[in-house]
Amino acid sequence: MGSPSTNSFATPGSEVGAALEFSDVWIGFDEGPILRGLSFAAQPRETLILLGETGTGKTLALKLAAGLLRPDRGTVRAMGQDISTKAERELLQFRRQVGFVFQEGALFDSLTVGENVAYRLREDRVSDDKIEPRVEEVLRFVELEHTAGLLPSELSGGMRRRVSIARALITRPPIVLYDSPTAGLDPITSQTIITLILRLRDIYGVTALLATHRLQDGFALANFHFDSATRSVRRGVAKDKFHLAVTRFLVLRDGRIYFEGGPEEMLGSKDPYLQRFLI
Amino acid sequence: MSDAPLRFTRSQPNAPESPSVAGFLTDAAKENVLKVQDFAKLSYHSIGNLFTRPRYGEDTVHQMDDIGVGSLPIVLLSGFFIGAVMVLQTGSQFQRFGQVSLTGDIVSLALVRELGPSITGLLVAGRCSSGIASELGSMLVTEQVDAMRAMGTDPSRKLVSPRVLAALIVVPLLTAISVFMGLVGGMFASVLSLRLSATTFWQRAIAILEFSDLMQGFTKSVVFAFILSTVGCYQGLNVRGGTQGVGRATTQAVVVSSVLIIVADTFLTKLALFLAEKL
Repeated sequence: MGSPSTNSFATPGSEVGAALEFSDVWIGFDEGPILRGLSFAAQPRETLILLGETGTGKTLALKLAAGLLRPDRGTVRAMGQDISTKAERELLQFRRQVGFVFQEGALFDSLTVGENVAYRLREDRVSDDKIEPRVEEVLRFVELEHTAGLLPSELSGGMRRRVSIARALITRPPIVLYDSPTAGLDPITSQTIITLILRLRDIYGVTALLATHRLQDGFALANFHFDSATRSVRRGVAKDKFHLAVTRFLVLRDGRIYFEGGPEEMLGSKDPYLQRFLI
Repeated sequence: MSDAPLRFTRSQPNAPESPSVAGFLTDAAKENVLKVQDFAKLSYHSIGNLFTRPRYGEDTVHQMDDIGVGSLPIVLLSGFFIGAVMVLQTGSQFQRFGQVSLTGDIVSLALVRELGPSITGLLVAGRCSSGIASELGSMLVTEQVDAMRAMGTDPSRKLVSPRVLAALIVVPLLTAISVFMGLVGGMFASVLSLRLSATTFWQRAIAILEFSDLMQGFTKSVVFAFILSTVGCYQGLNVRGGTQGVGRATTQAVVVSSVLIIVADTFLTKLALFLAEKL
């Protein structure tokens, strides 16, 4: 099992506070507002699990965090920048520092796996001799180095998600946004994906926002960590170098945060709505 | 160049429902005005992007191959037979007045001024406008367009401008080929049906043409190329409703671009005649 070994990922927000911050964010469409004053902050190296029923705006929150949508009201700050007022041209530059893993992978179906992964580097006019080893490195990280020449249609659903993760981390982004990365996958494949997310978090200290409706994904991230020494996943609460727990749960309901806390608080809650997630 | 994401027509939040007929008509009018505005913006950016970096030369060549080489067989065949049919239809009338030699004149003028550009425009619209709409629409519903934006690429530069530029280059060439094939078809029909010599046909066909006729045909082909490519891109990038929406967008692209080509043809013909009188 290989891992990117050259430069480490950038650590966002070390001088600017939160890596990602939503302040009273509203957004809606014809059917009315979906997010109604969403506020939360993700500290550098922290993983936030965004839980909620279908249609509560989890994907919208991720797209707002990536600057793919503009809020109708409120501000979204990422790495110290207010991205809710930036022009599209500036946002294109900003998005190069954020990795986005889409629910179905969103791989370019006319490009091979290798070309998909190399896409961003080719856009940046990086030379081929630098692209090839980097693509090989990230594909090895997701254990798909043998698929570089295949088309996305030749891969399974789980493999497509892993390629999507490889594509998102090719430029070593300090923030990675995961949109239901295990949705529709079998338990074993889901575990592979979660292990990858664990490794990204614990080896590189990536700040992550993970939208899911599967509570077990959140608990897996909260209760396990990747041990670099033994290169294996171990039980135990993941903590950063300051011994702070690095995984928090945010439960979305009616367009705003209904619950915010660690895994113990989530498990110990007697709230009937939260109980529905725990059953 | 572009300062707005390509999903121009995001609905306004909290749009109130209008119960009255007047309200319904007002909403429909507003929606259509918004569509025209979005189409104008897309058209503006598609051209404006060509003057600033980054440019996608490889994609443009790929699209030229797809639109140009891909459309060649239908343009060659249709051009040949349209020329032949014109001779058969007009020749019998000229025979009544003993003016068969004028056949070359009329076929040449009709093909260069009118039939070559419009038939080529309609054929390429049927083949490529629909293809562009379905390709971009599929990319949109599978989140590939969002993935592109998430990786810092402006879809209007990467997807729209290369297609528009490719169409602007190859459609006039296809028109020229279509006109030539029409004259060849007309010559064959003249020789076989009207017993007119090939030399006479070509001499008359070439001698009757003036620079203004060539410019009229060329201008029309450029305008039609712009219409069919931008309409295809617009319909594709504004798909609503998943794969069903892609089907609708594909049909709409052909219908709208064909109607716009015919309408534009009328105005361009009037303008060309006006300019020919003045100059």
